Amino acid sequence: MSGPSRYDVADRAPRTLIDFMLRWETILIGLLIAVVIGNTIISPYFLDIYNLSDATFNFSEKAIIALGMTLLILVRDIDLSVAAIIALASLAMGLAADAGAGTGLLIPIGLGVGAICGAFNGLLVARIGLPSIVVTIGTMSLFRGLAQVILGDQAITKYPAAFQTLGQGYLIKWPPIPYSFALFLVLAAIFTFVLHKTAFGRKLFAMGNNPIAAQFSGIPVNRIRFWLFVLTGLLAGVAAILLTARIGSTRPNIALGWELEVITAVILGGVSIAGGAGTIPGVVLAVFILGLATFGLSLVNVPGIVISVLLGLLLIVSIAMPIVVRRLLKGKPVV
Amino acid sequence: MPLLKRREFFLGSIILGLVIAIGFRAPVFVTPESLLNIITDTSFLFMLALAQMIVILTRGIDLSVAANLAMAGMLTALASRAMPEMPIVLIILLSTLYGLALGIVNGALIAALGIPPIVVTLGTLAVYRGLIFVVAGGQWLTSDDMTPQFLAFPKATLLGISSLVWIAAFVIAGFWFFLNETRTGRALYAVGGNPVAARYCGIDLAPQQLLVYSIAGSVSGLCGYLWVSRYGIAYVDIAQGYELTIIAACVIGGVSIAGGVGTVSGTLLGALFLGIVVNALPVINVSPFWQTAISGAIILAAVIVNARAERKTGKLILPEARLLAGASK
Repeated sequence: MSGPSRYDVADRAPRTLIDFMLRWETILIGLLIAVVIGNTIISPYFLDIYNLSDATFNFSEKAIIALGMTLLILVRDIDLSVAAIIALASLAMGLAADAGAGTGLLIPIGLGVGAICGAFNGLLVARIGLPSIVVTIGTMSLFRGLAQVILGDQAITKYPAAFQTLGQGYLIKWPPIPYSFALFLVLAAIFTFVLHKTAFGRKLFAMGNNPIAAQFSGIPVNRIRFWLFVLTGLLAGVAAILLTARIGSTRPNIALGWELEVITAVILGGVSIAGGAGTIPGVVLAVFILGLATFGLSLVNVPGIVISVLLGLLLIVSIAMPIVVRRLLKGKPVV
Repeated sequence: MPLLKRREFFLGSIILGLVIAIGFRAPVFVTPESLLNIITDTSFLFMLALAQMIVILTRGIDLSVAANLAMAGMLTALASRAMPEMPIVLIILLSTLYGLALGIVNGALIAALGIPPIVVTLGTLAVYRGLIFVVAGGQWLTSDDMTPQFLAFPKATLLGISSLVWIAAFVIAGFWFFLNETRTGRALYAVGGNPVAARYCGIDLAPQQLLVYSIAGSVSGLCGYLWVSRYGIAYVDIAQGYELTIIAACVIGGVSIAGGVGTVSGTLLGALFLGIVVNALPVINVSPFWQTAISGAIILAAVIVNARAERKTGKLILPEARLLAGASK
């Protein structure tokens, strides 16, 4: 397992062509081009601006959470409860809408519940010092369970029309850009700037590479971890608003299994699960690859469950291939 | 360690207290038949939690066990439909081998290529689940598609105890012997506790990883047939999300997610605890909708208790270092 891997932080720009070709973002761009070409070949409806804009509805919400998850995984944490936070935030908005709350009140309720759930995770992880994977498996059951207890097998479907526009409407008519996709692009730009161009971003990399050294360098490690959980909860709240508004209903199984899809996007984007390495542009590319691959395959009527097989394979193969190629190039045995 | 201070004793007392408390509300709960029923119901969790425990011991995690179970169960049901004459021993063996094959895929990717376990098993979770749809052509296999002997086995009893419990007992004994009495079993604790030190002692991580994911796969495969025949149905979503219940049982039983810590008895008690809670809710007239929320709360309580117990062990010089040792896990 020696030699450079996709998780190493480069100390110089890639010099040889092979170095450049094996850079993770280069591989992702290649994959994205392959997905676009493949989809164009299998379906004449793929390269249509309206269809593509429709496709963004299906991945923008997950993509927004993936931004927060990227920062968490970067500092060696993880949040498996994001989908359950969506359920709880959506439930809170549903109850408020039933009581007659307007859009102006529903938005802060969704954001607030998301942030409170995130703070609860953050408190247990950063303050009490528990492992985040176990904590968020627990809060995942807890949050989703509370939603089930309150909703039972019912659904809430009474949302004001203005609220539903948030999830279904377009910010600009031409080219057609939905609110959710526009919000994702803006957030992605902000996250890219903060992570890659500010001192705060460098601190996150330092924490991910060596939390103890980071602590002794004066970085408030646990305070930052706490706020990253709050941020991820808040983004889950944003996703809850967009999703609830888009489908116009709240059910106990809303967004079920999304945590794994979000984490898949982050890992495919080149973020090391061991922390300390990864880029936002990589994650954005991965989000597009997964979203467009799903869209293209569903255009030719591939069942959703088969798509998930292909995406699972894509995740494993795209991570295994560079390792195998590197070993071959160095003349080492592949296994 | 004195008996009274051991985690197993603590957890055992809580379980006993819980059973007695529920017994006061609903005496029917503490009859021998009812208690035996709970053990039978929890058999799957006993076996799968132990399999997950040895994976976690090596600092890994296997998220694909429930998908593996569902896949092996479906393949076995298909094979049995194609060859109705197949004897039950062969069916069980076949199911275990299907699971083993899927486990080896995980193990090979993790051990040979060095891809993090959570990444590999997240991917194979989706792949195995989806392949069930592909191999079965999207159809559901119900008890009508299964032979009477295929269905009869999990309902058979010996000495009044279900065959499920007997199989679980053999698996548990196997795990106990493996972890406590064999060199390889002890080596798992070594690689999990300190991989670098283990390596200097001549214990390599990769073969251990291949081994634990293969064992986890085999146990999942075995449970695959048992699950499908017990509930008389095989389709894409069986045991959906069960991997998290399995991990929860380990955590409640005191298995440290950081590796190297965990006992067979602790994990069994963790599984039993969840089994009792799930079975007790309807008895004491609590809506089953509470089940998920309650298990979540229990997991959080258990991990807080475990963290306190772990913090006392080990010598750390600086107070900051102690805080970080807790935080960086």
